[in-house]
Amino acid sequence: MERGEGAARKAGEPILEIRDLVKHYPLTQGIVFRKQIGAVKAVDGVSFDLHKGETLGIVGESGCGKSTVAKMLVGLEQPTSGQILYQGEDITRLSGRALKAVRRNIQMVFQDPYTSLNPRMTVGDIVGEPYEIHPEVAPKGERRKKVQDLLDVVGLNPEYINRYPHQFSGGQRQRIGIARGLALRPEIIVADEPVSALDVSVQAQVVNLLEQLQDEFDLSYVFIAHDLSVVRHISDRVAVMYLGRLAEIGTDAQIYEHPTHPYTQALLSAVPVPDPEARDRRGRILLAGDVPSPADPPSGCRFRTRCWKAQALCAEVVPPLEVPERFRDSEGPERHDSACHFAAERDAVGSEQDERGGCPA
Amino acid sequence: MTQNDHQPRTDEAAPPTAGRPGLLDVRDLRVEFRTRDGIAQAVNGVDLAVTAGQTLAVLGESGSGKSVTAQAVMGILDSPPGFVTGGEILFQGRDLLKLGKEERRKVRGAKMAMIFQDALSSLNPVLSVGAQLGEMYTVHEGLSRKAARGKAVELMQRVGIPAAEARVSDYPHQFSGGMRQRIMIAMALALEPDLIIADEPTTALDVTVQAQVMDLLAELQREFTMGLILITHDLGVVADVADTIAVMYAGRIVETSPVHQLYKAPAHPYTRGLLDSIPRVDLKGQQLYAIKGLPPNLTAIPPGCPFNPRCPLARDICRTDLPPLYEVAPGRASACHFWKETLDGAR
Ligand SMILES: Nc1ncnc2c1ncn2[C@@H]1O[C@H](COP(=O)(O)OP(=O)(O)OP(=O)(O)O)[C@@H](O)[C@H]1O
Ligand SMILES: Nc1ncnc2c1ncn2[C@@H]1O[C@H](COP(=O)(O)OP(=O)(O)OP(=O)(O)O)[C@@H](O)[C@H]1O
Ligand code: SF4
Ligand code: SF4
Ligand SMILES: [Mg+2]
Ligand SMILES: [Mg+2]
Repeated sequence: MERGEGAARKAGEPILEIRDLVKHYPLTQGIVFRKQIGAVKAVDGVSFDLHKGETLGIVGESGCGKSTVAKMLVGLEQPTSGQILYQGEDITRLSGRALKAVRRNIQMVFQDPYTSLNPRMTVGDIVGEPYEIHPEVAPKGERRKKVQDLLDVVGLNPEYINRYPHQFSGGQRQRIGIARGLALRPEIIVADEPVSALDVSVQAQVVNLLEQLQDEFDLSYVFIAHDLSVVRHISDRVAVMYLGRLAEIGTDAQIYEHPTHPYTQALLSAVPVPDPEARDRRGRILLAGDVPSPADPPSGCRFRTRCWKAQALCAEVVPPLEVPERFRDSEGPERHDSACHFAAERDAVGSEQDERGGCPA
Repeated sequence: MTQNDHQPRTDEAAPPTAGRPGLLDVRDLRVEFRTRDGIAQAVNGVDLAVTAGQTLAVLGESGSGKSVTAQAVMGILDSPPGFVTGGEILFQGRDLLKLGKEERRKVRGAKMAMIFQDALSSLNPVLSVGAQLGEMYTVHEGLSRKAARGKAVELMQRVGIPAAEARVSDYPHQFSGGMRQRIMIAMALALEPDLIIADEPTTALDVTVQAQVMDLLAELQREFTMGLILITHDLGVVADVADTIAVMYAGRIVETSPVHQLYKAPAHPYTRGLLDSIPRVDLKGQQLYAIKGLPPNLTAIPPGCPFNPRCPLARDICRTDLPPLYEVAPGRASACHFWKETLDGAR
């Protein structure tokens, strides 16, 4: 079945504009007199747009700040600074009823179908819980019916409404989480690793469901995952995150076929390809060392401690996320935002030897 | 509860690696869990073979019996409720199931070792990594504390932990996920075993770290010509490192094959379903293929072929007759009545 053309969707107005979003968690010491000795810079200046009906994928290594961005988008965390513009209005400054009205439109689906559902609540209670906070959406008498409709939409038997989470498989539990996310008829769904805990065949069922719902309800998705092939499948655009910042952002083809940031190139090269014939022509970039601590990130470019192209400039000047100068006159897919002073496409992957990245720690 | 595996194994079920000297030969292994909800038949007649220097990947969805098979081979099955109810585990010619507790313990650790998915919970949080690595030598080889510590540092260097000397006294939580997995590998390697069983060694890791860890494993395996059983459900990792593959479904091997052949043309509809479920660039914009339905309840495995309720090729015989492992080609076998059609591309 063909799905709607991504390009057509993207043309729309941005429904969400993220500007310079920052989240620092204070690091404190002492028990009686807690004094701040630093901060975990979980998210440190992230900007992007989300368009109506679009899926924006966010990828990056564990701890780079993906979930923190997600939580700020849905209001589970308050940003340290920065703006989240929903239809032009900064929702980080709203409060009370105005905030509640906006929040309804941005919902979250969580990662782990095994732990994110309360084991003592029935499926009906779980899916209908958002109506407790927003009773205006569904008067009490209609809730049961609404919940059953939602179960039907996500492909679960409406008769299961009184069952408990443990009576469902992983894929079914993830569907329950999705039904709950849909309860308030949001325009935007932020899905944080919605399929990561699932087997490949169950994962396919859930991804298909998300796409089908998107077409049906014209939803916009922020889709976070570390499986790069799933992200590519579902996303119109992809943002690559590293240590609290975006390294690169563009359409799926720009990022996957023409990455210009060294980190994106390393990340993509490390993805195992499900084809044994490809074993010897992969041109893998092996990154040395670990991701630095977000409490003490490197100066300048955050990737420089592992980057094989790093030069003195990289330690001094933060590379801005923009179309690199050398590509500004080009028309090709290499023309997209990349936060690297020396952004360049990789030479033909495969002919070369494995490159060794970073300093041999 | 359904008992559907009394049928005698047919002659067609030739062990796929017949003729080669085996390091490990598992034959018709059966494991059940006696639980309150009934008897869960977790492993129902599994055959596996690994030779020295070879990597066998065991693939299959969650709950298909991969870990339980590994635990039975290692002799660390949770028992009760788990019981080995049949089969042989021939390791270097000896049936491990016939060994006494003490002998079994000697084999484990010295001759075969296991790497677990979650390094943090399998390392002791209150012992330094140096002490844990050193223990392998003090207990198994009778080395002094000091000598063992030296060995621990060597091992840490061997698996690429920077500044090993300085970090040998650190505790597991002080290392990153990738480094902890390296320490697990170091521990498994300590006594230079002949066989390593790695149960989802990289599932909890990022792709860049996963690549480092898999590379390390492959390198060490070559160096020591170890046999490696790699349990995973990542079809990408399997394509990268495996020599042969065994696909499990509902406690059975449903297909075994050299890696290249299997990816080119699977001989079992379940394998085909797995391969078809992988997102592919050229199919972007279309629905992903998804195997319909759910894995069977192991306390009530359907009669006939356990895959029949989900199989697009199922016919009447599939609902009554359990398919044996048919030899498809030398070194290839499929437990499907219609393996020929499947091999020819029927879906
Ligand atoms: N409540 C908190 N207090 C202090 N630090 C936190 C808190 N929540 C997250 N962090 C830190 O912020 C950083 C970003 O975490 P986050 O969960 O956003 O990462 P992630 O990209 O979602 O990682 P993963 O892929 O592992 O889910 C991490 O270093 C994390 O330890
Ligand atoms: N200690 C136990 N008690 C009862 N049942 C068990 C026990 N351990 C495993 N089982 C059952 O045995 C079956 C096989 O489990 P196993 O852990 O081998 O699956 P697996 O293939 O490794 O799955 P995964 O990919 O999720 O790790 C499962 O149905 C499981 O519920
Ligand atoms: S700015 Fe410098 S350190 Fe950063 S990615 Fe580019 S070359 Fe590497
Ligand atoms: S034996 Fe029948 S049901 Fe089983 S996999 Fe083959 S075709 Fe499908
Ligand atoms: Mg996260
Ligand atoms: Mg397992």
